[in-house]
Amino acid sequence: MFLVVFGIRKISNHVGGNMRSKSVAALAGVSALALYSSMAIGSKYNLPEPQSVIAKDIYDQHIVLLWICLVIFIGVFGVMFYSILKHRKSLGYKAANFHHSTAVEVVWTIIPCLILIVMAYPATKTVIAMKDTSSPDMTIKATGYQWMWGYDYLQGEGEGISFFSKLSTPRVQIENKAPKGENYLLEVDNRVVVPVGKKVRVIITANDVLHAWWVPALGIKQDAIPGFIRDTWFTADKPGIYRGQCAELCGKDHGYMPIVVEVMEAGEYTKWVAAQQGASAVKTSMHVENK
Amino acid sequence: MAAVHGDAHGHGHDDHHPSGIMRWITTTNHKDIGTMYLWFSFAMFLVGGTLAMGIRAELYQPGIQILQPELFNQFTTLHGLIMVFGAIMPAFVGFANWQVPMMIGAPDMAFARMNNWSFWLLPVAATLLISSFFVPGGAAAGGWTFYPPLSTQGGLGVDLMIFAVHILGASSIMGSINIITTILNMRAPGMTLMKMPMFVWTWLITAYLLVLVMPVLAGVVTMLLTDRHFGTSFFNAAGGGDPVMFQHIFWFFGHPEVYIMILPSFGIVSEVIPTFSRKPLFGYSSMVYATASIAILSCVVWAHHMFTAGMPTVGQLFFMYATMLIAVPTAVKVFNWTATMWRGSMTFETPMLFSIGFIFLFVIGGFSGVICAIVPIDIQVQDTYYVIAHFHYVLVSGSLFALFAGAYYWIPKWTGHMYNETLGKWHFWLSMFFFNLTFFVQHFLGLAGMPRRIPDYNLQFADFNMISSIGAFGFGLTQLLFLYIMISCIRSGEKAPQKPWDGATTLEWTHLPCPAPYHSFEKPPIVK
Repeated sequence: MFLVVFGIRKISNHVGGNMRSKSVAALAGVSALALYSSMAIGSKYNLPEPQSVIAKDIYDQHIVLLWICLVIFIGVFGVMFYSILKHRKSLGYKAANFHHSTAVEVVWTIIPCLILIVMAYPATKTVIAMKDTSSPDMTIKATGYQWMWGYDYLQGEGEGISFFSKLSTPRVQIENKAPKGENYLLEVDNRVVVPVGKKVRVIITANDVLHAWWVPALGIKQDAIPGFIRDTWFTADKPGIYRGQCAELCGKDHGYMPIVVEVMEAGEYTKWVAAQQGASAVKTSMHVENK
Repeated sequence: MAAVHGDAHGHGHDDHHPSGIMRWITTTNHKDIGTMYLWFSFAMFLVGGTLAMGIRAELYQPGIQILQPELFNQFTTLHGLIMVFGAIMPAFVGFANWQVPMMIGAPDMAFARMNNWSFWLLPVAATLLISSFFVPGGAAAGGWTFYPPLSTQGGLGVDLMIFAVHILGASSIMGSINIITTILNMRAPGMTLMKMPMFVWTWLITAYLLVLVMPVLAGVVTMLLTDRHFGTSFFNAAGGGDPVMFQHIFWFFGHPEVYIMILPSFGIVSEVIPTFSRKPLFGYSSMVYATASIAILSCVVWAHHMFTAGMPTVGQLFFMYATMLIAVPTAVKVFNWTATMWRGSMTFETPMLFSIGFIFLFVIGGFSGVICAIVPIDIQVQDTYYVIAHFHYVLVSGSLFALFAGAYYWIPKWTGHMYNETLGKWHFWLSMFFFNLTFFVQHFLGLAGMPRRIPDYNLQFADFNMISSIGAFGFGLTQLLFLYIMISCIRSGEKAPQKPWDGATTLEWTHLPCPAPYHSFEKPPIVK
């Protein structure tokens, strides 16, 4: 980090003398970091734009770690490549003969420990937050099947809704007989719908083999284990459609069981619930009549 | 052996051995066995590499083109198993066979006949693994980690894999016991433990790890076998078992296994760097302690492979902290290598290039390792291409590059011939370029959300997958250059002097000619 700041300080010294150069340098450093980091948001080669508190924490910690790694990288390989360039036999450099130094070795054991503590502190807070599935506004059970997801709304608004969610990408696209759509392999027939700003607890299990329920933008991934339940939670910040995939090898069609979460405003969600419950009432009554 | 004695060749007793194929089948000579290990592992490397080419060819474009999903899963599974158990591990045992006796001044390995047996188990296991592609239902398709219940579903291919793993495990345990016994009992007079070359130290520690964890692997595959065929339900919740228990047992083997594949690399690099820097290894004793600490820590971090499997908060925190702690001894090693190079008088022959390439890329793999250790970030990147990138940085540019460094470094001692330096450098630079082309982009694929082990993907991943595939094909072809360099070195390389590397200080260079005689150190050297 200080290398970046140091570079900027040199520039700021040149521009405005060294009055307040420290704060200028710090400001410039922070804004440069912010600039690079904000450029990363929305890049299709980075973690998706975070849509929940947890996803935001993860995103920010990842960026900080990248900067720390970059600084260590420049430090270590700066020294190594300086040595590679200068200390060569072809330049007539004569080898020294030192082979240990307790002081140096103690120092470079302690420094990595300190860096790790800096990394571990925010991570610990996030782990504790991720694990807190208490007092949710609603609870949904997700069940992994070979190869689709089943959803049951267990508690909260929409209680009793239940459906399966399967890949809706046509076979012809997979077999390259038709052009592939934008959401190729990331689209389903029935989306999981949840209201915005509500704490949703997801209970996850599986029917046959291991699966994993993963929605990157919401920052959750949890294995689905047959015969056991696990839980996790999210509160979506904004309405939208967030896509993920099964993340645990589950056999032949592992690549073909996406997860699509649609986050709605409260009013729309209520309408959706009514429509679903109406539809299921029709189904039930038809079922009774058939008997 | 009576028949052999009956042959009147007029040679001394020591030179009696059958010729032709029987020489190789009956040999108890550590050099012959080392050679067989190395050729076997290279053959397996080509088989596993061919599978990787198949995987990358399918992933070249979105959509299904070459491999149907089921066959794709078989390819990824067998690629992993063959590379780990068939290529990397036997290659290091091959190095141990050749080098450990020569570096400690011993005439041979302690258990010469067991040594033969532990090698000849390998082709049997390899045959089982490869033939599983041709049985009904095909090869195992549950990933190299073969998690149940998926692996309980598979066909005969899974059973063949289980038997292959059993055999490979038996071979590894015998090999390790042999290495431990040789190192502890057969060192030349004067060579105390703290005077042993680093390569010998790292193998001693690795061998202890192997003896510790291979029985655990054997146990877990046996439980899987009885679940499949004998009515137990260790991993079936309906019968009172737990699928996650498999993961705990598997990774209790699996994580030390990672270090089994990297510690001997550390050893090779710790021999090569001082030689070509013409300067002693910096911090020898801290290197020994760092290696031991890594080995011990590696036994208490296994559940970091399972952060998404669900465990108590304190469990996640414990495994996160323990995993992060491994970065400390690893960093110490990197600093020590850098300090060894510092103010040395360096030259850059192929072994040195591969060692520097090793450090450079292994550090990148270490960074992504620390990032994966952070539980919240791991929740995002677990089971994505980010993890694939991470472990190929430590296994390919880690273990494999160190193996290449070692092969170029010691081939003059093994064959009495020099390799072609120009071609060796080409091999390094092409490997370096194509390796990064293949795997660096996979970090971004993983971050962007591409899961691993899928045969087909969304269009947003298309461009980087194509780059990665092109890199993989280039990397694969480059390794044929290595084969050519080695064969032409053996057949027609320039004659090597006893010590082609003027900075080398270990016994095989200072006391033995090139090539090393078939029986070396029949009288132990005195180490001062």
